[in-house]
Amino acid sequence: MTSEPASLPAEIIEYIRECMARENGESYLIPVLQRIQKQFGYLAKEHMNQVSQLMQIPAVKVTGVATFYHFFSFIPKGEIRITICMGTACFVRGADKVLAKLSELLAIAPGQTTPDGKFSLECARCLGACALAPIVLVNDRVYGNVLPADVPKILKEYGFEKPVQPKPVKQS
Amino acid sequence: MTAVETINLEIDGIHVHAEKGRTIMEVADSMGIRIPRLCFHPQLSTLGACRVCIVEVEGMRNPVASCAYPVSAGMKIKTSSPTLRRLRRDIVELLLDNHPRECQTCERDGNCELQNLAYSLGVRERLFAGERKKFKIEKSSRAVIRDAERCILCGRCVRVCEEVQGVCNLDVQKRGFGSVVSPAHGEKMAESVCIHCGQCINVCPTAALIEHSDTEAVLNALDDPDLHVIVQTAPSIRAAVGEGFGFPPGTPTTGKMVTALRLMGFSKVFDTNIGADLTIIEESEEFLSRLKKNEKLPLITSCSPGWISFMERFYPEMIPNASTCKSPMSMLSTLVKTCYAEKKKLDPEKIFVVAIMPCTAKKYEANRPEHMAPWGKPYTDAVLTTREFIWLAKCLGVNYRELPDGEFDAPLGMSSGAGDIFGATGGVMEAALRTAYEKVTGDTCPNLNFLEVRGVAGVKEATIDLKGTEINVAVANGLHNAKTVLNGILRGEKKLHIVEVMACPGGCVAGGGQPYPPEGMYVLDPNLARMRAKALYAIDANKQLRKSHDNPEIMRWYAEYLGEPNGHRTHELLHTSYTAKLPRGVR
Repeated sequence: MTSEPASLPAEIIEYIRECMARENGESYLIPVLQRIQKQFGYLAKEHMNQVSQLMQIPAVKVTGVATFYHFFSFIPKGEIRITICMGTACFVRGADKVLAKLSELLAIAPGQTTPDGKFSLECARCLGACALAPIVLVNDRVYGNVLPADVPKILKEYGFEKPVQPKPVKQS
Repeated sequence: MTAVETINLEIDGIHVHAEKGRTIMEVADSMGIRIPRLCFHPQLSTLGACRVCIVEVEGMRNPVASCAYPVSAGMKIKTSSPTLRRLRRDIVELLLDNHPRECQTCERDGNCELQNLAYSLGVRERLFAGERKKFKIEKSSRAVIRDAERCILCGRCVRVCEEVQGVCNLDVQKRGFGSVVSPAHGEKMAESVCIHCGQCINVCPTAALIEHSDTEAVLNALDDPDLHVIVQTAPSIRAAVGEGFGFPPGTPTTGKMVTALRLMGFSKVFDTNIGADLTIIEESEEFLSRLKKNEKLPLITSCSPGWISFMERFYPEMIPNASTCKSPMSMLSTLVKTCYAEKKKLDPEKIFVVAIMPCTAKKYEANRPEHMAPWGKPYTDAVLTTREFIWLAKCLGVNYRELPDGEFDAPLGMSSGAGDIFGATGGVMEAALRTAYEKVTGDTCPNLNFLEVRGVAGVKEATIDLKGTEINVAVANGLHNAKTVLNGILRGEKKLHIVEVMACPGGCVAGGGQPYPPEGMYVLDPNLARMRAKALYAIDANKQLRKSHDNPEIMRWYAEYLGEPNGHRTHELLHTSYTAKLPRGVR
């Protein structure tokens, strides 16, 4: 797991200062959170607390807004970000089964990251490539017409080995 | 002056002349029509979340929430109809479906707004059965326990915490079915900016927020033959306990309360008021010494543990200004386990001190590391709220209404009227002024009633003339009001000498541990605070002894054990310290 970032970078602090200089500065909370998420892939607790102090918005309001929107994530994204389209076209062509396979092999649910920080799994509403349904996006690369059986091969391209099953602990 | 514009409308077939801008609910209330309600609270902003208060307006397709909808000319409103009754019943039934069915074992003891609403709307069948939210009860705090499964998302706690207390520790997190009221990051209450005041408990219509219970610990102590169990009662509770036994608000029942405690098995019944007198003597000395040196002014009172927590998290730069005096409760507990134990040749580790307080933050205060005795246990072993005391008395079969009056035990039962008024906003200030006047001028204070600092206004300011020495005082109750005063001080706009802050609006009489209001009144009702405060001022007015420094019992403790006021020994025992704490609040 990546370690908790200590402080927001100077450019984001500068951006917050710019926002606060404007009228109703605190109404820029969402754009500020979006910038942080864009840069770090998620919203860290320390970052949200810093936003709270810099914008003088109570922390509970910051987290209230952040947890309201599905767009914001609170856990670090993996090095390799796998996104599966769950739009109508992809769904009717079996995206749910592909997702189940990804989830099973990576042993994480959508929205989560593997404990080694390598892979993260997300669902998207529609990626706009319905002709290729169902599609899987790995970082920026598009895989079309994916079947559940294709999943191990795709993962292998990114260095994924099926995790060794932990040995059962002997009961003494 | 502009005339108020009035309009004509009709509610339930009755013509009414109403002020423009009023809500339907307000106008109906003025006519004696009580529309059912749940999330609405007269002292808080309008949310319109629960939809229980819906009414029909002629010409409108759907019912509207009467708490939020303003009246307009010619409106024809129906507050009751078969459709409305069915809709309201369905709304409450849906809430009940997602609420634990544990009313018989719930701490609200039948005094629950949701339950009463269900009864009054006639929810007799349970037709819905859906998914139930699942949350763990959160017990990290010594003061406030949060049980999100019982929460109906009315948002009253969110509003009181932000609007009245200026703390803003609670808000709705997530959305839809996953919605939950919690501190930031879903943190534990003990790790949040919560200041333990308990006002969220007071406004909660269910038991989603409830005080950390200490009744079991007290019962166990009472049953332990090795323990000498001593109880002390806060100034304000004598004006409120009676409500729990059907007395009208503002009925002082001090004598019955003392008798009840004796029946319940406490070895000694002492009065926190004597701790209040002690506080005044220490605090006035502290003030005079600061005034002489012109440093660390204004002095800010330190009796309210909610305020102390607030200062440590929101205004740490004011810490040097806070009086270092322990609160009356902690002073008395310390005195009991040191000087009193010595005098009576008791093993202090075998003394169990119970404090009955109007306050949930006192539970936190008692367990602060600063208030631990050298042998590692708190000086105050257990704190019961007024509500818990009422429950305990009933549990132990005390027939409160019929009890004869009792007297507090010597030697820690005699107090001045200055101690009694500690329970009302402005009371600590008035008590301090009575003593400060005489110490500064050397003369007898001609008028002991400092009316300038009485009353339930959020902020009171006055200039008091101590025969040529003018001192500026400010009294704030409710922490949102305290912010106004503190920000004024920090901006250099206010030149003050003494500031009294009580965390709860109205002071301790309306504390977070006081009884839920009787029928016809509501939590945060200024009239309720006024009635309870009036009882305290009446007790004070009827006493011969009205100045803390004239209390002969206290003077004996100074002569025999404590030495000089504000001296070495008292600093060791009766004073404390504060530290800036994280997470830092936003002010």
